[in-house]
Amino acid sequence: MKLKNYGEGIAKGMAVTMKNAIRTPITTQYPEKKLHISRRTRGNQLVWDKDKCIACSMCARACPVQCITMATSRDENKKLKVDKMDYDAGVCIFCGLCVEACPQKCLYMDTDYEKAVYSRKKLNFTKEDILMTEKSKPSGYYSPENEAKLPKQTLLVDGKLWDK
Amino acid sequence: MALKTETFLVNAGPQHPSTHGVFRMRFILDGEVIQDVEPVFGYLHRGIEKLAEGLTYSQDMVFTDRLDYLASMTNNQAYAVAVEKLAGIQVPERAEYLRVIMAELMRISSHLMGVGFLTNDIGAFLTPLLYMYREREKILDLFDMVCGQRLTYNYMRIGGVSQDIPEEFLPALKKFIDTLPRFIQEYEQLLATNEILLVRTKNVGILTKEAAINYSTAGPVLRASGVKWDIRKAEPYSVYSRFNFEIPTGSKGDVYDRYRIKIEEMKQSIGIIKQAMEQLPQGEIQAKIPKVLRPPKGEAYGRIEGPKGELGFYLVSDGATNPYRLHIRPPSLLNLTPLRELVIGVKIADAMAIFGSIDICMGEVDR
Amino acid sequence: MPTVTHNILPTVLNTGILAPDWPAGFWSHMIIFVVILFLFVIFMAMGFIYFERRVISRFQIRIGPNRVGPFGLFQPVADVIKILIKEDIVPLNADKLIHLLAPVAAIVPAIMVFAVIPFQNGAALANLNIGILYIVAISSVSVVGMVMAGWGSNNKYALVSAMRVIAQVVSYEIPLALAIIGVILFAGTLSMNGIVLAQKIPYILLQPLGFLIYFLGSMAEINRTPFDLLEAEGEIVAGYNIEYSGFKFALFYLTEYTEAIAVSTIITTLYLSGWRGPFDSLPVLPVIWFLIKVFAVFALIIWVRATLPRLRIDQVMGFAWKCLLPLALINLLITGAQVVFWPNVSQWVFVGVNIVLAGLLIILFSRFFRTTGDKIEA
Repeated sequence: MKLKNYGEGIAKGMAVTMKNAIRTPITTQYPEKKLHISRRTRGNQLVWDKDKCIACSMCARACPVQCITMATSRDENKKLKVDKMDYDAGVCIFCGLCVEACPQKCLYMDTDYEKAVYSRKKLNFTKEDILMTEKSKPSGYYSPENEAKLPKQTLLVDGKLWDK
Repeated sequence: MALKTETFLVNAGPQHPSTHGVFRMRFILDGEVIQDVEPVFGYLHRGIEKLAEGLTYSQDMVFTDRLDYLASMTNNQAYAVAVEKLAGIQVPERAEYLRVIMAELMRISSHLMGVGFLTNDIGAFLTPLLYMYREREKILDLFDMVCGQRLTYNYMRIGGVSQDIPEEFLPALKKFIDTLPRFIQEYEQLLATNEILLVRTKNVGILTKEAAINYSTAGPVLRASGVKWDIRKAEPYSVYSRFNFEIPTGSKGDVYDRYRIKIEEMKQSIGIIKQAMEQLPQGEIQAKIPKVLRPPKGEAYGRIEGPKGELGFYLVSDGATNPYRLHIRPPSLLNLTPLRELVIGVKIADAMAIFGSIDICMGEVDR
Repeated sequence: MPTVTHNILPTVLNTGILAPDWPAGFWSHMIIFVVILFLFVIFMAMGFIYFERRVISRFQIRIGPNRVGPFGLFQPVADVIKILIKEDIVPLNADKLIHLLAPVAAIVPAIMVFAVIPFQNGAALANLNIGILYIVAISSVSVVGMVMAGWGSNNKYALVSAMRVIAQVVSYEIPLALAIIGVILFAGTLSMNGIVLAQKIPYILLQPLGFLIYFLGSMAEINRTPFDLLEAEGEIVAGYNIEYSGFKFALFYLTEYTEAIAVSTIITTLYLSGWRGPFDSLPVLPVIWFLIKVFAVFALIIWVRATLPRLRIDQVMGFAWKCLLPLALINLLITGAQVVFWPNVSQWVFVGVNIVLAGLLIILFSRFFRTTGDKIEA
């Protein structure tokens, strides 16, 4: 086959590369600068609000991989309470079906993504570890009131640097 | 006196930078020319079809994310279409339009990746791939805004979608769609007339029209060989009958045509998204279905046009909460059936280019 | 231009005459400056590794390595330390002597090229008056090292790759040598310093076709994209250094960059007028101009690498024999005609004529050039 363009295509390609070389790089230097993640992020561990929970076990039944194990019993007022709620974050596939299934909306997804551990045993959480405190920041997945409290997501399409 | 030569066996093993995923090819080579190839797959088999029989219909949606993990929205849509056909559920209008927008964005993202990795296999040292990844990052950010994940979305439900879009989605989408044609034009300037790319991809791996139909290929591979078949026009599902778009077809069926088809399809998808954004109605986003769905007895086959081809789900139900049988028609696996015929007689370098142009994802091949 | 004798590398090695102000004898002079040249090569190689990674990252709109040390300057040091502490594995049935000597045979000719490169006026380790012939002769020897690596590894993929190396490198030597002859005809001398001194106009303007042929030929010699199918991980074979680890692999890696430096310096000397520039009678400034030009040529090589995909082996061979060789012969014919028939015409006229002719020839050749086709009969 003939090279009909006598190197013109190659020259055009090299012009494109050169034009891109003088754009600002789109790397974010991670520990110094962190972007705002999505307000509805769904990729982190669970956060459980103990006061609203009625121990119905719908979350454990909705989970496709059975990573939530619940044991409930009735207390003196004939109300259900939670004895044991083991959440295995190593098995969890972060699908969010448990958050969707809870009728009292007491389960949330976390926004903290820097929770790496050194051994797999540390990923088995009991009900104390996933308790909601003042310091935990639940995400807005299926909960609009949490979504309103979080900062807006940094979008690559908005950045003036990247669309020159 | 004749020279005695012998053929030798080379194993492009499961861990290889050029096979997309864990795919193994055993070549029998004579010098540089391939005499025979034996593909071996199954390294990523997870038993999805059997696992799906243990869960309810709504829970099975998470498994479909992980089939073709690079195009998760269309997998969800295919499964939802199949179950809705089986149970006779009517999806509200706004949900259908949202599904179309998400599916077309997913098609753009998957094609960007397909073209990028094809050029990477041919040898351009990551540069076109990284330029296309920059646009794909914008799409993933949009998906992150809607459903909270970047890879396995789990966004569609049986009867609609799971959440409504936030108010900053449409302005961001409009900004993205307005700037994308300029970037596609930049990719064309970089690649479309590049002589080295032309010399590597023209007349390589020609798949004729009859062979493509006989080997049951689908998607861009079929359309590049000259067959004008697209399920969005032939058997319209969802609201595709309300948009005007064209179906690009190739003429020769070589690697270059498959690459061009992907670029043209991206441009058509941009048109569809613009029309869908204008026509988006208000309304509900999910139909009222019982919490635990029990479809009537019967079977249904629902299929859609995914970015890699025709993705179909065959469901058999016997009235219980779990499906009796779920079978998946994987487009990547069936597009690989002509691999042996295409690869015999060419050199190794061409074999990698041909393999990259078929654009597979191992999650689908092995399930 | 008077010979500058009191500067960094002042030596003239012909008929045993030393620089007049060197205090000690001949051998101490030789040994000290050989050591300086070695250090120069090693530090430039590390600098080139860093430079390449940063520049290629800019072409891909990302930042390169910038964590190890200020601005990532110690990244090549980290790379070298990592390679040196790896275990040295020798395959079981490999030919031990050949396996051991192959990296040595590959790197020594690459370093020997630097002996004749002038960094300043007359400042080369050995200012031979047959400099360019020495370079062409010595740089072909490193192929032997690669073939030894391929054979001594007892590995069929390495052998296939070694065969490809021979085919590619040997067939690109010929257009290379023919392109150099054009430069020699204009300069009138084979000595490298003499070529630099004779360049009133940089020869890139006077011989555009020659520059293009030499540039493409040397990229094929040093196995860079678009001719880098030997170190391409896209194919199943990973090249002739597949069985090397540890220090021997470090030597192969260094060979690659040393050859890149050598090629850049040769192109600078032959076509871009070497150490010449404004104010080049001051002590250190010619070296700085030289280094700037070397880095500019290397940046051009990186730019080509960042953009183009790679060619197949039969297309590489076709390109050398059917395209570059005829072009080099025609270039030689035109240059010879210009030097013999019109020796007194100003050189700017030749600049214009040569550029126009180069453009015409490239267009003409691209119309008639066919690469090999599709399926091949075995």
